[in-house]
Amino acid sequence: MSVVIVGAGLGGLRSAESLRAAGYAGPITVVGDEPYLPYNRPPLSKEALAGGIDVTGLEFRRKATVEDVDWRLGCHAASASLADHTVTLADGTVLPFDGLVIASGIRPRRLPIPGPTEGRHVLRTADDAMKLRTLLTPGAHVIIMGAGFIGCETAATARKLGAKVAIVAIDAEPMIRPLGAELGAGMRRRHETHGVRFHLGHSIDAFSGRDRVRSVALSDGTELPADVVIEAVGSIANTEWLAGNGLDLTDGVHVDSSMRVATDLAQVVAVGDIARHPNALFGGIPRRIEHWNMPTETGRRAGATLAALLAGDEPSDAPFTAMPSFWSDQYDYALQSFGMPGIADRIEVVEGDTDGPCIVEYHNTSGLVGVVGIDRTPDLIPYRKQLAARA
Amino acid sequence: MTAPDIPVVTVYVDRSKCQGYGQCCFEAEDVFHLDEDGKLVYVADSDISHRADIVNAADVCPMQAITVS
Ligand SMILES: Cc1cc2nc3c(=O)[nH]c(=O)nc-3n(C[C@H](O)[C@H](O)[C@H](O)COP(=O)(O)OP(=O)(O)OC[C@H]3O[C@@H](n4cnc5c(N)ncnc54)[C@H](O)[C@@H]3O)c2cc1C
Ligand code: SF4
Repeated sequence: MSVVIVGAGLGGLRSAESLRAAGYAGPITVVGDEPYLPYNRPPLSKEALAGGIDVTGLEFRRKATVEDVDWRLGCHAASASLADHTVTLADGTVLPFDGLVIASGIRPRRLPIPGPTEGRHVLRTADDAMKLRTLLTPGAHVIIMGAGFIGCETAATARKLGAKVAIVAIDAEPMIRPLGAELGAGMRRRHETHGVRFHLGHSIDAFSGRDRVRSVALSDGTELPADVVIEAVGSIANTEWLAGNGLDLTDGVHVDSSMRVATDLAQVVAVGDIARHPNALFGGIPRRIEHWNMPTETGRRAGATLAALLAGDEPSDAPFTAMPSFWSDQYDYALQSFGMPGIADRIEVVEGDTDGPCIVEYHNTSGLVGVVGIDRTPDLIPYRKQLAARA
Repeated sequence: MTAPDIPVVTVYVDRSKCQGYGQCCFEAEDVFHLDEDGKLVYVADSDISHRADIVNAADVCPMQAITVS
């Protein structure tokens, strides 16, 4: 009996721990293409980017129960055959398995924009952050493409480091999809106060420069100087290695509420950013949720499911009701979100105003679906309880 | 103080790491809570029956600030 976990991030780690907690005592091999043990990503756009990246310092504590795990780090899983119960690594090594955990996460989306590629960066891994860290110097012209959370956090950190920062995005306001226009505008004003320039409603049409990017051309003809471009325009699920197995790989890996992948060929579960899972709190529509707490929540469930399947038992079919939870730090502001504000059609600022500490409620026809607070975290507790009661 | 023969679980929160995100409070309400200023307050020694909740709280701390012994 053996388990292979592909992806050595938080989801991979929590799945291994949860398999053990659920009584699975057999061998576990974790394949990860980064050269590091599982480490914490959120600091990569915040304090670690500002203060220096020490990957060992960012490592998650690993429970004693997973001390015997075989970590295959720096190894890329090239393909899997669910019919043969094998994962094949890029170097040709074949790993047989009885149970498979898909924890390979996502990567930043790249847009095909003409011009030089040197100078174009993304931020997902510690290596990405280490490269960027040396470039975010006082006075450097930093162009951030995309006004989502990663783009905005990186903008705040780059300003802290003294860089000149412009954000270019096609959206009308930063973070508009998760936060809505009003709070998005409030966040924009905070950034503007800190010296970030916004070019909203525009895309980047071209990069120019002989050897590397020196400037960017926007869709309205504006030309902006650029020393560093950081692209934060969404993500693509790392599913390529699963091709050819007849799985539903539209936007991640589709799983049921026990995190199980629908296939007769093998015992397979998926966790974390890659898992398109139903949440009974929010109508049970399968969605990927790129929040830090989901690898832990889905990993807990997936480990229990896989341990049961490998023991020949029926896994629990209880609904999945973990609360999506997200925080973001930009300058000195602490933003905290619970639930799924992004699915709301009615948004109401219920306390404070969006330029200061505030609480914002998000509703749709099913009632309250999310809450966001800025510098009001302790006061969100009753809202979180109300959201949890949707079950 | 707890009598030595009653099994306890002990938590320690590294204040230099804690950012007051409050995630721990939802996993083990009897052990962790945020005061009005958003500062974390916690009970260091708890009955062993709280152990699973406390381990979950340590797992969900974004700063990995909680140690359980
Ligand atoms: C810069 C940044 C800031 C963030 N900030 C926040 C925040 O403030 N709040 C919040 O809630 N969330 C935040 N997040 C999101 C959070 O970090 C993610 O949701 C979480 O890391 C997802 O964990 P995961 O295990 O699913 O995926 P990952 O951590 O991506 O792990 C997947 C691993 O699998 C590896 N892999 C992929 N394909 C293969 C293959 N074929 N073979 C071998 N290995 C493979 C990848 O290289 C990676 O190491 C942030 C993310 C980033 C990048
Ligand atoms: S979850 Fe961690 S950072 Fe947040 S309040 Fe608890 S100990 Fe502090």
